[in-house]
Amino acid sequence: MSATQGGQDSRHVHGHDHGHAHADGAGHGTLKGYVIGFLLSVVLTAIPFWLVMGEVFDDKQATTLIILGFAAVQMLVHMVFFLHMNTRSEGGWNMLALIFTLVLVVITLSGSLWVMYHMNSNMMPMSVHDMRNMP
Amino acid sequence: MTSTTIHAATNGDPALRFYDLGGEHHPENGTMLGFWLYLMSDCLVFAVLFAMYGVLGGSYAAGPSPKELFDLPLVAVNTSMLLLSSITYGFAMLEMARSRKAATLVWLAITGLFGLAFVSLELYEFHHLIHEGAGPQRSAFLSAFFTLVGTHGLHVSFGIVWLVTLMVQVSQRGFTVENRRRLNCLSLFWHFLDVVWIGVFTFVYLMGVLR
Repeated sequence: MSATQGGQDSRHVHGHDHGHAHADGAGHGTLKGYVIGFLLSVVLTAIPFWLVMGEVFDDKQATTLIILGFAAVQMLVHMVFFLHMNTRSEGGWNMLALIFTLVLVVITLSGSLWVMYHMNSNMMPMSVHDMRNMP
Repeated sequence: MTSTTIHAATNGDPALRFYDLGGEHHPENGTMLGFWLYLMSDCLVFAVLFAMYGVLGGSYAAGPSPKELFDLPLVAVNTSMLLLSSITYGFAMLEMARSRKAATLVWLAITGLFGLAFVSLELYEFHHLIHEGAGPQRSAFLSAFFTLVGTHGLHVSFGIVWLVTLMVQVSQRGFTVENRRRLNCLSLFWHFLDVVWIGVFTFVYLMGVLR
């Protein structure tokens, strides 16, 4: 009885999905998609660790930029292959919310780092004597 | 036998057609969109914590620096635990799509074990740091570090609790519409935490060692 119930449920859900193509937000992954995503993220994780642990480049700035690039690509890979993001899910509202969040994240991160870095470097130098007599 | 099947099929057909014509393209209920919005707000929480770490990450207060503290091989193992748990959750979702209960539960259990390994390794790392005198009260850098990484670890821990709850639900009630929806939500949550971890191991650990 419970098996029949499960079967009916699944057919119902299936029919529903055909009605609204990918309208339920979480798209349906395939085995191929998951395996491709996994292999890509293994490679995209291994290379930054190798770059840093093996001290491949002498230039730290270059290494930093490269690993940040790898992180951005890997986040994209996870979004597409694991979170099944596309422009159609939930009638585009998922993507709109994501873009809005990304804008806020960029403003928060770059704004904080930029402002606080300049606050630090423009601060009046303080001597040990001043520090001791601070209120 | 054949005639009843055909009868059932034609009986089911008007229902399907009703769904096709009746639906203007909007979702049946907004749970998945609502959960996505929650994830985006969670993303903002992490963005603020990342910004805080970015600002304070260099303030050692004459204490230990990331290069002296972080054990990259351990972080690499930790990262692979989370990555493996991501793909095993994917396998669980694929088995759910085929309505195979036992296989889904096995993959969910494996996912939970990988998650548990991740949290255990992180707790071991935290314990080790605090034991060395590099606890959250040592410097602004360490406060920011423990807050950011600890918040992520807390999310994973709650994810494991949720996972176990859903395993009980699925084993008792099977794949009802509600359980499928819940597993879909947890899928988003779990993969989202993996995305945040990419930021953590790059921004905190790798760039910390480079600093």
